[in-house]
Amino acid sequence: MSARVERPSSAREAAELLASGARVRPRGGGTKWAWAGAEEPEVLLSTAALGGVRELNAGDLTAVFGAGLPLADAQAACAEAGLMLALDPPGASATVGGVVAAADSGPLRHRYGAARDLLLGMTVALADGTVARSGGKVIKNVAGYDLAKLFAGSLGTLGTIVEVVVRLHPLPAATATALGRGDAAALARGALALAAAPLELERLDVRWAAGGGALLAQTGGVSAEARAARAAELMRDAGLHAAAEGDDGLLWEEQRAGQRDPGGTVLRVAGLPAELERVLGVAERHGAALVGRAGVGTSWLRLDAAAVPAVRAELTPFPCVVTDGPAGLDRLGPRDTALVALERRVRERFDPAGVLV
Amino acid sequence: MSLVGELERICGRGHVLTDRDRLRTYESDGLLHLRERPAVAVLPGTAKEVRRVVRACHEAETPWVARGAGTGLSGGALPVADGVLIVLSRLRRILAVDLPNGRVTCEPGVANLAVSRAVAPTHFFPPDPSSQVVCTVGGNVAENSGGAHCFKYGFTTNYVTGLEVVLPDGELVVLGGTELDRPGLDLVGAFVGSEGTLGVATRITLRVVPVPETIRTLVAYFDAMEDAGQTVSDIVAGGSVPGALEIMDRLSLRAAEEATAAGNPLDVGAALIVELDGPTAECDVRLAEVVAVCKRNGARGVRVAADEAERELVWRARRAAFAAMGRISPSYYVQDSVIPRTRLAEVLGRIEELSAGYGLAVANVFHAGDGNLHPLVAYDARVPGESERAEELAGEIVLACVAAGGSITGEHGVGVDKKRYMPAMFADDDLAAFQKLRCAFDPAQRANPGKVMPTPRLCGEVPGPYRRHPLEEAGVAERL
Repeated sequence: MSARVERPSSAREAAELLASGARVRPRGGGTKWAWAGAEEPEVLLSTAALGGVRELNAGDLTAVFGAGLPLADAQAACAEAGLMLALDPPGASATVGGVVAAADSGPLRHRYGAARDLLLGMTVALADGTVARSGGKVIKNVAGYDLAKLFAGSLGTLGTIVEVVVRLHPLPAATATALGRGDAAALARGALALAAAPLELERLDVRWAAGGGALLAQTGGVSAEARAARAAELMRDAGLHAAAEGDDGLLWEEQRAGQRDPGGTVLRVAGLPAELERVLGVAERHGAALVGRAGVGTSWLRLDAAAVPAVRAELTPFPCVVTDGPAGLDRLGPRDTALVALERRVRERFDPAGVLV
Repeated sequence: MSLVGELERICGRGHVLTDRDRLRTYESDGLLHLRERPAVAVLPGTAKEVRRVVRACHEAETPWVARGAGTGLSGGALPVADGVLIVLSRLRRILAVDLPNGRVTCEPGVANLAVSRAVAPTHFFPPDPSSQVVCTVGGNVAENSGGAHCFKYGFTTNYVTGLEVVLPDGELVVLGGTELDRPGLDLVGAFVGSEGTLGVATRITLRVVPVPETIRTLVAYFDAMEDAGQTVSDIVAGGSVPGALEIMDRLSLRAAEEATAAGNPLDVGAALIVELDGPTAECDVRLAEVVAVCKRNGARGVRVAADEAERELVWRARRAAFAAMGRISPSYYVQDSVIPRTRLAEVLGRIEELSAGYGLAVANVFHAGDGNLHPLVAYDARVPGESERAEELAGEIVLACVAAGGSITGEHGVGVDKKRYMPAMFADDDLAAFQKLRCAFDPAQRANPGKVMPTPRLCGEVPGPYRRHPLEEAGVAERL
C-alpha cells in the first residue's frame, strides 16, 4: 500500500487533513482494515496521536477517550476505578475509535448493547475542515441529533472520530459461567430458555464446530455463582450436558477469537435468537465453525469463501456481511435500493467530494 | 386550498379538519402556553394514507408536523401556521408480537403502555415516561423518550430495531429491521430522537425484555437534600445499578402528598425512592446494602414497600408530582435539564439562589441516577410579568446546568421551547453538522420546520458531484 501516513495530534489537524482533497482513511490499531471500501486511500490518517484517557468520571459513570486510545488501555483505566467499558470485541490492538467506527462488539453485547448504545457523545473531524461535537457528557441527553450513532459503524466514511464520551458500568463483583454441550436442537432450546429467564446474564453465547456445540452463560454480581448454577439447571432441562465453570476467562477469549479469521473468511449473520437451530444447521452443512450471541441473534461463521453465496441464500432474509475474506467477495450482499439511496444522500452531505474512503 | 381537497380524497372528508373550533384541540401539545393553528389537521388511518398525505404536502410545497398523543413538553408537535398537522392517533394497531425473539411491531399511534401490556406478563417495554398511559410509541421514537428507569434500562433509542419511515418527499424507506447488526449506516440511531424533522415513522419494531424476577422498592426520608444526594452517590459507588433512583424535595413532596395522600411525611427535606430489580438473589443483598447506606447518611426513616400495593403508593406520589404542583401554585413551568450527578449539591444550591432572587418557588423532582432534573417553577400567570419572569428563571436554571457540564434536555426534547439554548451547548460547527443530517433527509425542510435548530438554515445543493467509485457505479461494491 502506497498511502502516505499522517498522525494528526489534534481534532483540528485531523479536520485539515480531511479537507486537503486527498482520499483519506482513518486507521486505529489496523485490526479491521479489510472492512473498509474498495477504493485505495492516498492518506492514511493514523489516530495514534489522538489517544488518551481524557476524563474518567467514576462517580458519574462516564469517560472521555481519545479515538486512538487502545481499548485495552481504556479497560485498564476503568478497572482501576472499579468500572468497565462494556465493550469486549476481539483484536488485542484495537482502539476505542476503531471499535466504534466499525461498530464491533463482543459477548458483553448481550447485556450492555453495542458500541452505539454506550455512546453519550462524540467529536468528529469533517471533510469540510470543521470539528463537530454532538451529544454531551451526561448519561441522559436528547439535545440535538444523535450523530454519534450515525458515525458508529460508518467506517470513517462520514468523517473521522477523534473523541468519544461513553457510559461506564460497575465491574461485576464476581462472575461465573455455565457451559452446556449438546446438539443443535438442545442448544436452541437452551438458548431460548436462558434468554427468557430472569437471570440478568452478562453474556450468552453459543459455539459450534464439526457436529457439536456448546452454550455459555455468564452471570455477574454478588450472586454470580448461585445464578450460574441456575443457568446450568436450565441447560440440563433443555437436554444439554451442563456444568458451572469457575475460571471462565479462557472460554470467553475463545468466543471473541472466533469472530475473526485473518487470511480466512468470516461471515457475520444478523439473525434472530429463535432461528438459532436453523443457523447452526446451515453452518453444519457447509462445514463452518460458528460463534454467536445466542440472545442477540448475531453469529460469525468461519467458512470457505466459496460457500458464502450458498450460505447467504440459505439464510435469507438475514443480512450476512463478510468481515474477513478475500478481495472480490460481495461483502454486504443484496441491499434495499431505497435505503442505499438514502445512505448515499447522507454521505453526499458529509463528504460531497467523496474523499472519505 | 386544493391540498385540502386532495387530503379529503386520501383520508375521507371526516378525517380532515379545517373548522376553527375542531382545530382548537390540536393547537398545542403538552407545552400549553404555546399555540398555533394549522391550516388543516388530517387523521390518516393507514401507513399508506400517511405516505400519500406526505406526498401531497411535498407536491403542494406545504410544511407539515406529525403528532401522536400531544403529550410532549417541548412544543415538538406545535403546528406550523398554514401548515398541515398529521395526527397519527388512528394508527394504533399492534402488528406483531414475537416473544421468543423479544420483538413487537406496531403502528406509531400505539400507546407506550399498550406495548408492555401486549407482552405481559413475561416481558415489558422499558422506556416509561410519566405519560405512558397515553403517549404514543411514534412520539417516543421522535423524542427518544426516557422515564424513571433509564439509569438501568436506557432510552427508547436502545429499544428500536427497525422503522418504516415516510421521508419528507413521500418516499418510503425501511431503516433497520427485526435483526440487529445489519450492514450500512445506523440510520435508525440517527432517526430516533430527531423530533419529527427527518420524516414520519409509520411502522416501528421494538425490542422488549423479560420482566425482572424481583422488584424491591423503598423510600427514604432525609432532613437535608445533600444527604439524599450523597446516598445516591454512595449506592452507585457500591456497584449497584438500581432500576430507578428518584428524589423529591420538600415542596414537591408537599404538593404530591396533598394530591395523593400516599402517606409521606411533610416535614422532611427530601425523599429518595430506590427501586432495585433483577434476580432475587442479587436484589436481596443489594437491598440490605441500600438500606444501610441510607441510614449511614442520616435517613430519618426508610420504608420498604411490603407488597405491590405499597409500591404503587410510593410511585403514585412521584408520578403525580407534576400535576400536583397545581395545588400549590396556579401555574408552573417544567424544566428538564441534566447535570453530572456528582455536581448535584452545587447545582441545587444555585437553583435555590436563583429561586430566592426571582422570588418564585422552585420545586425539584428528579431522576437522580442519571442527573436529570425536573425543576418546577411555580408562578401566577394572572400577576402581570410573572410568567415572563418564570420563563427567565427556568432559562437561568438551564444555563446553570449546562455550565456544570450538563444538557439542556434529558428527555423532553428541544422542540420550540429549548432551541434558543442550543447555542449554549453547541458551537456553530456542531449545529452545521446537525444540519447536514437534516438536509440529507429533508432538503426542503418541510418536516416539522422551526424545531430543534436555534436559527433557520438553508440546505442548499450538495457542493460538487459525489464521486462514485467505478465498482459502486457497476453495482459490484457499496460503501459500508
